[in-house]
Amino acid sequence: MKKVYASAVEALEGLVFDGMTIAVGGFGLCGIPENLIIALRETGVKDITVVSNNCGVDDFGMGLLLQTRQIKKMVSSYVGENAEFMRQYLSGELELEFNPQGTLAERLRAGGAGIPGFYTKTGVGTIIAEGKEHKDFDGETYILERGIKTDLAIVKAWKGDEKGNLTYRKTAMNFNPECATAGKVTLAEVEEIVPVGSLDKMAIHTPEVYVQRMIQGEHEKRIEQRTVRAG
Amino acid sequence: MAWTREQMAERAAKELEDGFYVNLGIGIPTLVSNYVPSDYDITLQSENGMMGMGPFPTEDEIDADLINAGKQTITELNRSSYFSSSASFAMIRGGHIDLSVLGAMEVAQNGDLANWMIPGKLVKGMGGAMDLVSGVKRIVVVMDHTNKKGETKVLKECTLPLTGQGVVDLIITDLGVMEVRDNGLALIELAPDVTVEEVQAKTDADLTIDLAA
Repeated sequence: MKKVYASAVEALEGLVFDGMTIAVGGFGLCGIPENLIIALRETGVKDITVVSNNCGVDDFGMGLLLQTRQIKKMVSSYVGENAEFMRQYLSGELELEFNPQGTLAERLRAGGAGIPGFYTKTGVGTIIAEGKEHKDFDGETYILERGIKTDLAIVKAWKGDEKGNLTYRKTAMNFNPECATAGKVTLAEVEEIVPVGSLDKMAIHTPEVYVQRMIQGEHEKRIEQRTVRAG
Repeated sequence: MAWTREQMAERAAKELEDGFYVNLGIGIPTLVSNYVPSDYDITLQSENGMMGMGPFPTEDEIDADLINAGKQTITELNRSSYFSSSASFAMIRGGHIDLSVLGAMEVAQNGDLANWMIPGKLVKGMGGAMDLVSGVKRIVVVMDHTNKKGETKVLKECTLPLTGQGVVDLIITDLGVMEVRDNGLALIELAPDVTVEEVQAKTDADLTIDLAA
């Protein structure tokens, strides 16, 4: 089956519908699927629920879909870098579900692994635990968190082969492997598509079974906090 | 004289033990890495998926794919490793990290911590803080003793939404060091020229005085 598409817009064809849920890889602006986010904007799909650790900045990454009001709800752990996000949230235009970062990562991992729920100590005694099942194990209290499956996942990898095997680079890996497993359909964008057999088989982070479509894209890789020492 | 940010970080570094795996929060906690004893083997974990964080890069070394949890550019070391977010939080939630140093808005005498939200005002999110305080073996808070309005941040009970319940082990402020014990807080050290009376006046929590001789 051919997985490689010529463009991000073509790769999204037939996959988007209003009200859908989309898992988006990345941490801040690091390792985000820049091209697929722009293509999502082009499709005009609306009322999306986005599961993503952050929501970009005002004019880059997921912030672009806030500008166009395509997002109905965000499921995130931290959204502090985005003034438009705050404005839409405080005015009630945007729904927000905060998840502790580790809980969010584990929910995606569990969802992708066919695990509908798991117990964790994270959030016990906080507003995160309200309305959730509590259970004691070995004298400690845990809360039940649900696995997440999404209609679509979009991820960014460094290199991918034509079968969809993916390798990530440094901390640009972050949530991408979890998102790739949680999508009913997963689209990957990579910096370079390489021939099958040329990736190190022992360093493939996301095996091809999780990836249904892929594109090669150009990446701006914007830096959020450029911090240097005297050299 | 009260401790500066750097001096608070230096004091927090005394909580390190050789061989520790450590996660440092954003702000003053990040400065702790400047005071690691040179003969200690300390490994810094970053919850976005890295073990063995190096220093900030030179202009030539900047790599957009290499950042810490504060989204700052960093460098790698020979011994560094990278992993995904769920693997990173498996280390944190699984109790494999020895120490975390975090900032705080409020701490209570039973070890409750609030550092992520001011309802109606500050809505940024908890990031990895709830996972860190519930999973890391020892939690050290570094913060100013009072807020910008001069109100104490060391309380009988937190007023802000909690990050974790009974999770703090040690509090380092600009005025001194307090330990969370079963019967409340114990003042165990004072910054130079700070008096017990000043700490008591600026503290709402019940405070036992247990200064080392």
